[in-house]
Amino acid sequence: MAQPTGLLYSKEHEWLKVEGEIATVGITDYAQNSLGDIVYVELPRVGAELTQHANIGVVESVKAVSDLFSPAGGEVTEVNAALEADPALVNRDAFGDGWLYKIKITSASMPDPLLSPEDYDALVTEGAH
Amino acid sequence: MSDLRRTALYDEHRALGAHVVPFGGFEMPVRYGSILREHAAVRERVGLFDLSHMAQYALRGAGVGAWADALTVNHVATMRPKQARYNIFTNDAGGCLDDVLFYRIDDGDDWLLVVNAANASKMWPYLLASTEGYDVAVASHHGTRALVAVQGPRAVDVVAPLCDLDVAAMPYYSCARARCHGVPTLIARTGYTGEDGFELFVDGGAAVALWRTLLDRGRAFGIEPAALGARDVLRLEAGMPLYGHELDETISPLAGGQRWAVKMTKPAFRGRDALAAELADDTYDRIAGLVLEGRVPAREGYAVFANGARVGTVRSGSMAPSLGNKNVATALVGKDASVVGTTLEIEVRGVRHGATVVPLPFYKRPT
Repeated sequence: MAQPTGLLYSKEHEWLKVEGEIATVGITDYAQNSLGDIVYVELPRVGAELTQHANIGVVESVKAVSDLFSPAGGEVTEVNAALEADPALVNRDAFGDGWLYKIKITSASMPDPLLSPEDYDALVTEGAH
Repeated sequence: MSDLRRTALYDEHRALGAHVVPFGGFEMPVRYGSILREHAAVRERVGLFDLSHMAQYALRGAGVGAWADALTVNHVATMRPKQARYNIFTNDAGGCLDDVLFYRIDDGDDWLLVVNAANASKMWPYLLASTEGYDVAVASHHGTRALVAVQGPRAVDVVAPLCDLDVAAMPYYSCARARCHGVPTLIARTGYTGEDGFELFVDGGAAVALWRTLLDRGRAFGIEPAALGARDVLRLEAGMPLYGHELDETISPLAGGQRWAVKMTKPAFRGRDALAAELADDTYDRIAGLVLEGRVPAREGYAVFANGARVGTVRSGSMAPSLGNKNVATALVGKDASVVGTTLEIEVRGVRHGATVVPLPFYKRPT
């Protein structure tokens, strides 16, 4: 399964779309499919300072709680308020309307190391076997 | 790699795209796609489950009733032929060794005992040892005989045309030998979902053909294969205990909410003295049903508080689609905290969320 291009990926199955100094963060389609029906998403507050790789929230499916890790450092500028009423948006459109939050990346916290679409695809294809 | 076993239907599950997990020593499907979709199929139409991981033990002999009555809380010897009954094996302290179903197949001293897969390695030696001195022969068909459950309001429509028996006339918790799809089957009107339905016990070699036929014939009624994830939500909504959660060796049938199954009129059974003392004292912690405020699900192990003081622990929790997607939980709490209407708090990742004690079951099917 090809991964959307123009995004960076983490080994924890988050994606990052960098536009200028703002990055939008979500979980991948592979991740939502592994979790199953998502019933609750707990996100950081707007204004929170995230450090890369920190545990900054959870995604809960019917069966399980999964930690969210920040794929990059920065200040949270916006969270996806629609997920409060409809967390299954993440299942339906993980790379689109199911985005989680946006951060303002400082140059000191540029995401590294993250994976290219090809490298991430190799990771999840391997995991499927 | 592992010692996990597979049921006769493993390849069917894989072909249907199941997510497979270890459960009770078997590789079992936890969901095919969406747990919520499978749940809805069972509540609204019909779902098909593979429960072949559960341990099936054949019991035979004139002593089955006396033996079982000495080790369990419910009546066994008084069961009529073609009757199924829930029961619990207890230890000396009144704790639960396992919760089980007894099926009295006919009047020829022929019985089936179904125990939890997770307890099979404990219960099989226990059955062998405890039946010594009784006229009881036990034989294990664990993993060699299959069990599929057809559950939901349309279950009867799917099962009836396949059977040479009027299954629509079967009372709840009855069982009968018949031919289903041409093969010898023990049919029971039992289940673990809170819906009407049937459990079909067949030889493992007949399971694939039966499974495929049920899916094929069930299509007209909206059948979906359903797995352990949906089953857990369904049973929780229906107020049915799951061993290891609401019941275990330290939780008595009384504490676990199964007072109805404990027949203190039986003069003697293992654990009776402990249960009598528990009843007389009446201060034991017990399972309560909780409906949570807000959208944060409660999970096993979360702490429960009343007026700021710790009163217990969550044992099961899930979003409950049949309750308008509210979050529900069972918790083992102190007696005072278990009173219906009590406001409690559940701590989730350091934050306490309100919950109210409600009567169990959370869900009853429309009659």
